Order: sequence, then structure tokens, then C-alpha cells
Amino acid sequence: MTLVTFIGFALIFIGIWGMLTRKNIIRIIIGFSIIDTGIHLVMVSIGYLPGRTAPIITSAVDKNTAASQIVDPIPSALVLTAIVIGLAITALMLTYAVRMYRERTSMNIDDYKELKW
Amino acid sequence: MIKKFFTIVTILLFALMVLPLIRQIVPFTELAPVAASYAENGPDELGAANLVTSVIVTYRGLDTLGEVTVLFIATAGVGFLLRRDEENETDKAAEEPTGSDGSLDEAGTAPSAESAHSPRKASELLCSGSMLLFPLLMLFGVYIFLHGHLTPGGGFQGGVVIASAFLLLMLARVSFHLNHFVISFVESISGFAYVVIGVLGIFLAAGFLDNRILPLGEFGSLLSAGAIPLIYSLVGLKVGTELTNVIATMKMKPAHPDESASDHCPREEEV
Repeated sequence: MTLVTFIGFALIFIGIWGMLTRKNIIRIIIGFSIIDTGIHLVMVSIGYLPGRTAPIITSAVDKNTAASQIVDPIPSALVLTAIVIGLAITALMLTYAVRMYRERTSMNIDDYKELKW
Repeated sequence: MIKKFFTIVTILLFALMVLPLIRQIVPFTELAPVAASYAENGPDELGAANLVTSVIVTYRGLDTLGEVTVLFIATAGVGFLLRRDEENETDKAAEEPTGSDGSLDEAGTAPSAESAHSPRKASELLCSGSMLLFPLLMLFGVYIFLHGHLTPGGGFQGGVVIASAFLLLMLARVSFHLNHFVISFVESISGFAYVVIGVLGIFLAAGFLDNRILPLGEFGSLLSAGAIPLIYSLVGLKVGTELTNVIATMKMKPAHPDESASDHCPREEEV
């Protein structure tokens, strides 16, 4: 387990802790973003191979022996997708926060009890 | 107290859940078979130097089309939730301290109840800096998505850089008006052209979103890798305009339309 994997999992737990303990809706959204970042780090670190370079064929990487010189390109591609989706979801969540604030003039999650049971 | 306890228990249970995953991660020494075949055949098959790009745009092109669709739906959701007319219906919103409004007011009919405070003018530094940086950021964004098949980068990254250029402009100019017609026109055309190029792949090449509908060209040059630069440029334009739209939707509108005429920045431009 590399340091990056460890940091990724640590960020996931920090994010969950933040989402569960904070009352401010904006901070809950920030907690979600931290989880997101942690998951990206874990995914990238899984595709990492020690001593290899980025999956781009340049003068440093020969075309024919590329398979033995580069890291896994698939997790990088997945993380790129995940970052974009995460951005879209964060924007949508912040929009909900704006709407909720307009309704109640409050950012405290305790003021919204409709979905509580 | 009991809440804190449950929080700790939840985190511990979650840690227990991922513990096997953490312990079973063994560092690979070889590429996975799929990745190895992409690395061996990708450069010759598709002609793209950046293997991540060839995975995103061609091998997993359908996923990227879905990703663009998700981004589009999220943008549509933001625009729908912060739409303008809802402001006029509810008086409740007028009481809140922040006069944040959903969209840009093109007609200049700001609800007067909203304008409790006028936005502060941007500082000289921000104004001059935005004028200097805006063209550079646009150029850099275009560079990133045009070279997506050669260097790290691509449509999504380039689009975000372009959107950040517009964000800078909106921060510097309180009364900046976005031409929504141009924005939605560019967005629709690029999304449509992306799908058309994908469908052309069925008829002219091996399948949907195949990049070999255009000649592969010389490996490593700008005009190579078939349709990949074209597709990534379209994605870049689409992402750039979509995110600009999100920023414009979330932006606070000027308190008094007349006041905004006395903008701190010397000139205004329509984009």
C-alpha cells in the first residue's frame, strides 16, 4: 500500500466524518468533495506501477515497448470521468443549497426536517 | 453525545467494510491485460500519442458521450432550479440579505425588492488583470483541447480553463452580460456534431465513435489520430460553454441596472 492510497482512504474517512458531524449545508457539500478527492487518489494509486512513466508516447517512451514502460491508462481515464461528474454533482448540490436558503433563510441542516423520520 | 457515538460507530463500520480492500491491494508489476493491449495496439491503431486520450475518446468513447450527457443534464438542472421567473412569484426571497438571482437579466428588469445592497466594484487590479489574462486563458484552453491527443490534457480540461476565463471576466465586470444565444448555439452545435461524428464512424469505419473516419496522419503531429482532435475540440467547446452557463446562472445580478453603467472597468464587451 503506497502513501497515496493511504492518503486517499484517509481523505474518504475525513469526508464521511465531516458529512456526518457538520450542520452547515455548505460544509456537508465540502465533505462530499473531500470524499470525491479521496476516491480519485485511491483509483489513481491502484493504476500506478512503480518506476514507470505517464501513458504518453514521446521521445522517452518507445512505441513498441510501451506496455513495459507506462502506468495503467485506464484508471487515469476513469478518474478524469469521475472528476467531471463530481464537478457536475457539486454544482447541482450547491444549487440545491441556494434554493433551500431561499426557502428558509437557513443553512443549518437541522432546520430541514421533511425527510427525517 | 449519542450522535457523536453513532458517528464514530458509522465510520468504524465503514472502515471495517473497506479494510479487506485496503489489505488486498497488491501493487501491480505488470499492466492488466486490457491495458496492455491498449498500450501495444493503441498507438498504431488510433495514432494518438496520449493513450489516456485514446481510451477516453475512442476505446471508451460511449462512456465519454454519457459523461458529456451527465454534465449537460446537471447544467440543465442548475439552470432550472435557479431560474429567474420564480423570483417574481415569491416575496419571501426579497427578505434575504443576499440578492442572489438565478440567471443574468438580459432585459434589465431587476425586481427592485432584490436590490437591498449594490455589489462592490471590482478593484483596479482585478480589472486590469482580467483584461490581460482573458485572451491568454482562452488561448491556453484552446491549446489544451487541440493537443489532447499529444500532451496531457483534452476537451474537459481545456473547457474548464475557458470557463475560468469567463469567471474572471464576470468577477471583474459586475455588469457583464453573456450573450446566451451564442452560448447555447455553440453548445448545441458541438453536442450535435459529436454525435454525428460518432454515427459517421458506423458507416465509414469500424463502429460508433471510431476515430478512423479521417486519415490517421503522421504519428505525433497536430493533425493526426483521425477524428480525435475534432471530437476533443467539440467536447472542449461544449464543456466550456456549459460551465460558463453554470457560472453565469449562479452569478449575482447587478443591483440596479442603471448603476452598472458606471462600471469601474473602462470598456464592456459582448461575448
